Amino acid sequence: MNQIPALIRVFAYLSTLTVGGGMAAFPELKILTVEVHNWLTFPQLIHIYSVGQMYPGPNMMMIVVIGQWAGGFLGALAVLIAFFGPTAVLAFIVALGWKKLEKWPWRTSIQEGLAPVSIGLLLAGCFTMAKGAIFGVETAAIAVGVLLILLHYKINPALLVLGGAVIGVLSFMPK
Amino acid sequence: MSDAVLNPSVESLPAAAPVAAQASIAQIFLEFLIIGATSFGGVVPYLRGSLVTKRGWINDKEFVEMLSISRSLPGLNATNMAILVGEKLRGALGSIAAIIGICLPGAVLMYVVGIFYRIHGDHVWITAALKGVAAAAVGLILSTVVSMSKKSLTGKFDFVFIALTVIAVNRLHLGVPRTLVAVGLLAILFHRPRKQQKESGAQ
Repeated sequence: MNQIPALIRVFAYLSTLTVGGGMAAFPELKILTVEVHNWLTFPQLIHIYSVGQMYPGPNMMMIVVIGQWAGGFLGALAVLIAFFGPTAVLAFIVALGWKKLEKWPWRTSIQEGLAPVSIGLLLAGCFTMAKGAIFGVETAAIAVGVLLILLHYKINPALLVLGGAVIGVLSFMPK
Repeated sequence: MSDAVLNPSVESLPAAAPVAAQASIAQIFLEFLIIGATSFGGVVPYLRGSLVTKRGWINDKEFVEMLSISRSLPGLNATNMAILVGEKLRGALGSIAAIIGICLPGAVLMYVVGIFYRIHGDHVWITAALKGVAAAAVGLILSTVVSMSKKSLTGKFDFVFIALTVIAVNRLHLGVPRTLVAVGLLAILFHRPRKQQKESGAQ
């Protein structure tokens, strides 16, 4: 069955939810791609999202994998356009008019009001992901370790994710 | 997601010279392609290094303003910045060149990863490594939550809105859109513009 129309619908919709970052859409991404459309499993979603953190560029490129699995090359292309198109158009319109918005008193209100909501959505996305990613002492220790290191030292997060891979191999390889 | 250079101090820079925004479509595409291919661990610091320091296409003040707009719009910071900077330099074509450039390398890499993972994803050592990678990603997201809270919250009451958002999504399963509208409106009204004279009400 041709999945491309469904891919476009789902990712254009998810695009509008990414207030404050891609992770804000993660709970909805999980429901739609895993539970509604069965394009992949929850562990697979967590894996490709996490691997995406090691790659350069915008950090939601993992959506390409979902598009490719569900609809081949065209599926990947459709997902990219559907996910980045709507917000790109909106940003472009705002770019044309933002000088005028500068004096609009509600602009500050919107920025200050959306800040805690976008942090909350990020945290909610993180909890959704943690349900699948944290399942024992080792994984909890890795997550806390990465958090503490990032809070105290300036280090490239991609290196820590790579470090997580090494610890994963050491901890979970069957003896 | 690194936040190393998110708050560049505008004051420390020499008075912003008029920026000569001389950039061809090809140059814009190439510059954003390089950012897209090299920005390991978070795009924003690389954007600044490239657009402000290396190319001088925008000055530091413009960069900070554009970043703050990018943050309050839906969409990823990285792609919103590409649109805003591209538009400033060369209009619609500049925006298109910038967003394709910044997305292309990661998209190609993830495409290859997808094929590889589909074939080899169940190998023992890959499953083991991915468990560690996923746990590390959770720690990384939490650190972003902490650094964003330090930077962008304007009052103690904002933590109530954070809690409401998390409860609505994770406990009540209201879904992201309804949560965004409900808590978002509440928070925006709470931060509504205030006149000089005293207003009754919250805070």
